[in-house]
Amino acid sequence: MDYAAVIVLQVAYGIANLALIGLGLAIIFGMMRVINLAHGEFLMLGGYTVVVATNNGVNLWFAMLILAPVVVGLIGVVVERVLIRFLYGRMVDTLLATWGLSLFLIGLVTTIFGPTTTTTVSPPVGALKIGDFFTSGYELFLIAVTLALFALVYAVLKFTKLGLLARGTMQRADMAAALGVSTSTIYMITFGLGAAVAGLAGALLAPITGVVPTIGAAYIAKAFITVISGGAAILAGTASAAALLGFINQAITFITGPTVGEVALLVAAIVLLRLLPTGITGRFFRRGL
Amino acid sequence: MTMNRRTLLKSASAASLVLAAPGIVGRARANDTIKLAAILDQSGGLDLLGRPMLAATKMAVDEINAAGGLNGAEVELISYDPQTTIQFYTQFATQAAAGDRADVVHAGITSASREAIRPLLNRYQSLYFYNTLYEGGVCDMNNFCTGSTPAQTVEKLVPFAMERFGKKVYVVAADYNYGQITAQWVKKYVEDNGGETVDIEFFPLDVSNFGPSIQKIQAAKPDFVMSALVGAAHISFYRQYASAGLTTEIPLASTTFALGGEHLLVSPEAAEGMLLAYGYFEEIDTPANAEFVEKLRASSSEEIPYIGETTARSYEGVMLWAEAVKKAGTKDRMAVIDALRSPVSFDGPSGTMTIEPKTNHALQNVYIGEIKNQKIEIIEEFEAQPPADTLLVCDLDENPNQSTFYFENGLAAAGIE
Amino acid sequence: MNRWPDKGRLVAVGLIGLVFMFGAPQVLQLFTVINLTTAIALAVLALSLGLVWGFGGILCFGQTTFFGLGAYAYAVAAQNFGDTTGAVIVAILVAAAAAAILGYFMFWGRISDVYLGVITLTVTLILFNLIRRTSGPEYKIGTALLGGFNGTSAPPLQVPWSGAMLFPTQMFYVAMGALLIAYFGCIWLTRTHFGRVCVAIRENETRAELIGYDTRLYKLGLFSIGGGLAGLAGILMANGIGRVTPDLFGLPYAAQAIIWVIVGGRGTLIGPVLGAFGIFYLTSWLGTQQTVNANMVLGLVLIGFVLLLPKGVVPWVMERVARPRRSAKAGRARVRAGRRAMQPAE
Repeated sequence: MDYAAVIVLQVAYGIANLALIGLGLAIIFGMMRVINLAHGEFLMLGGYTVVVATNNGVNLWFAMLILAPVVVGLIGVVVERVLIRFLYGRMVDTLLATWGLSLFLIGLVTTIFGPTTTTTVSPPVGALKIGDFFTSGYELFLIAVTLALFALVYAVLKFTKLGLLARGTMQRADMAAALGVSTSTIYMITFGLGAAVAGLAGALLAPITGVVPTIGAAYIAKAFITVISGGAAILAGTASAAALLGFINQAITFITGPTVGEVALLVAAIVLLRLLPTGITGRFFRRGL
Repeated sequence: MTMNRRTLLKSASAASLVLAAPGIVGRARANDTIKLAAILDQSGGLDLLGRPMLAATKMAVDEINAAGGLNGAEVELISYDPQTTIQFYTQFATQAAAGDRADVVHAGITSASREAIRPLLNRYQSLYFYNTLYEGGVCDMNNFCTGSTPAQTVEKLVPFAMERFGKKVYVVAADYNYGQITAQWVKKYVEDNGGETVDIEFFPLDVSNFGPSIQKIQAAKPDFVMSALVGAAHISFYRQYASAGLTTEIPLASTTFALGGEHLLVSPEAAEGMLLAYGYFEEIDTPANAEFVEKLRASSSEEIPYIGETTARSYEGVMLWAEAVKKAGTKDRMAVIDALRSPVSFDGPSGTMTIEPKTNHALQNVYIGEIKNQKIEIIEEFEAQPPADTLLVCDLDENPNQSTFYFENGLAAAGIE
Repeated sequence: MNRWPDKGRLVAVGLIGLVFMFGAPQVLQLFTVINLTTAIALAVLALSLGLVWGFGGILCFGQTTFFGLGAYAYAVAAQNFGDTTGAVIVAILVAAAAAAILGYFMFWGRISDVYLGVITLTVTLILFNLIRRTSGPEYKIGTALLGGFNGTSAPPLQVPWSGAMLFPTQMFYVAMGALLIAYFGCIWLTRTHFGRVCVAIRENETRAELIGYDTRLYKLGLFSIGGGLAGLAGILMANGIGRVTPDLFGLPYAAQAIIWVIVGGRGTLIGPVLGAFGIFYLTSWLGTQQTVNANMVLGLVLIGFVLLLPKGVVPWVMERVARPRRSAKAGRARVRAGRRAMQPAE
């Protein structure tokens, strides 16, 4: 019984993990049709922000929840200004440019910090006992944060003026521009927001996955597949794809082992895209956000 | 007929070296320098190990030159960065051997990279040193493997850990050749010592979510977990294991952890009490090692968080080769090989190392350490351990013309299933 | 209509290729010639992607699927047959068949654009993961063990029916010859009726369909040919390295293939080939120095090209060298010329 509870918790964490690493990418892709291959490096930068900040005596919670998203968000804004804004409407080119950015950031961080970090952060939440089993309290915390983050993004998009303008720009950029919305500013903010969410995710995951310059590679393929499988709707798409793929991955991993679990995730994504070529939200929850 | 051709093809690269050699290797070496090529990853995922290894190689070469070189000739270090890519390994090995005409090549971290360049260096007749701990089983006249092998480390660690923790063992290992073979050795030694392996789980090198396995481990209730996990992503296992509070409940033992200073990458609690076994620890308390550690830190342009076996062995590998060149009085490859197998010894930071001529591996000291507050405390030392695993399958005295990797696909060659 | 308006240029390319093929081994050092074989293998891979992406508009992110399958099929077949001629044929057929199956799955599913890119990328990553886990002795095909992460050895090519193995220099002739044949084969293909329909589909799939072409069939055909060509690249690569490893399926090669095409120029065939050689030399050079991080330079090169030379080097040079009359060689160019006529400001 307690083993079942622990398994359910693991599956939930698997889903939350996918949703968390995918959300930043989904915001940028869903709003701007820009596939950001440097997404993994944004997560990595979030992790580095936490490591550097805590080494300098900053409170861990502050570093994770405030500092990392702000720093990476600002980096995102800079990237948008010097790189992405020249490439709107050229989906393949943005993909290539951001891939170049990804390589550049890996090289840059390696040059500055070396191939490894000497100090690290530990999870600030202790272990939890369910029956005979220990489980990580921090994973539980991450599930909660992911839910809160989705709620926050939903609220921003749905209830604020910025959200309204952003959604309008997303649907018809030309019309929004004709109505006097500065689409360029909206894009800049959106890209910064997506980067900030990625930075937050990277910061939150840093205590349990560690931080090295190449850590982004571990995230990018999964984030990419989750977002594309989800389709255009940012929140509904990411959440539904994460739920489906995360469930399959964790369940198969429990039954067989991690290798088959990984393969099952990828096969599920392919079959899904064969059945629903525009992602889950291309067919279902079309009016979701 | 077909059979003949097939057998020929199997040792294809070995065969073609015989064909190709006379045309290619008409080397006239009039110049005085002795060339040492290093091919070690300086970027990509393996730079974690490769960068300190190159720093140690450089220091060894500098020391040799400061002492007047070898037989009056200066040693020139040529370094290549294969960028954690097999293609570049073969490319740079070809360049070093056929282009630079290097007298010795110190190269390779993964077994995949070693297997990619070993036939090439045979073909172009460049002496090859592989200084990484690995799964054992290489039997090659031209290739000297100085790293520790499972029969040296696992064989000592398993009984020690069973004595301390209990007889039920759970194995987690990286899903590739090294992990698979190490897991098989663990299983064998656990059985030999009257214990039980409850489960063996393999993880692809890029897996970083270990949640399900951590629960499986708890359900299996082993006395301890033996880890042969490898690489940056796998460090997550120890973090997640600790964050579930298991480090104190089910202790860990490993022959791969802390090699690149992983115990400094996780929180102190996550690694506390873990048992390790290597041919070298930075904490070895001898004057020779103290001097080595101090000099390496001073000579390296970047910070080396922890000096592990691969780093120390890169230094000792160059030194063993240098001893042999001095002994042979020439840099000629065959003469140096004969000198190495005579055998040569070197008293280095890890203690006395001696080449074991049947296998071209090394007799070396093996240490068992325990992690205490991010430091490794050495609790037991075994002197001059032979590479017993490779000795099961390899005898270069008897049959010198071989270039085989016996454990390429498991331990069947050693009669172990 | 003259399909070969650029005869002179093609002859020049062929001559340069032949001079290089027979001249290089005389002039260059042996190790350079050996390493060039690897570069040629990558150039063939670039050519295959240049064909399917540049002429069919199929954004295949996982061209390495067929590259790796070709390499593995060659190694496994050669170890089993004891003869490499049959292995070459098997390898090309396996790669082409894999492309046909995957293509059927995608084109009949109406998957296109970036989704197609994701699926092909995913397929190559699945193969990467699967092959990596085959390190046990139970994973063997015939007598050939797959070897997991460490890979398996690839026997060098032999002279057909004689069993004599090729020397490294001869291997270079074979590789360069294969590249030249593949290149002119692709040129010819793009000038046939089939090739021009493919270009029409790339320009406007709906229009091509309304005219009455079954666009799925044409795309499938082109994709399979591209797959077979990538398989050939895999064979050459296996010979260049002497070993096949799961790396061949990995993200770095998959992404590099895209870079070669972008740097060289989409919509041309010589561009990707030159791009592959250029990047090959850049990365090799980066590996011999210790001052700059290799990733950083590659990243900057890529960003620079996308921002400043998005069409790639070859089209950029052509636009400046060739006279406008000549550039109207294919449908794509005519379309562009048409656009230009409508927008005089451009």
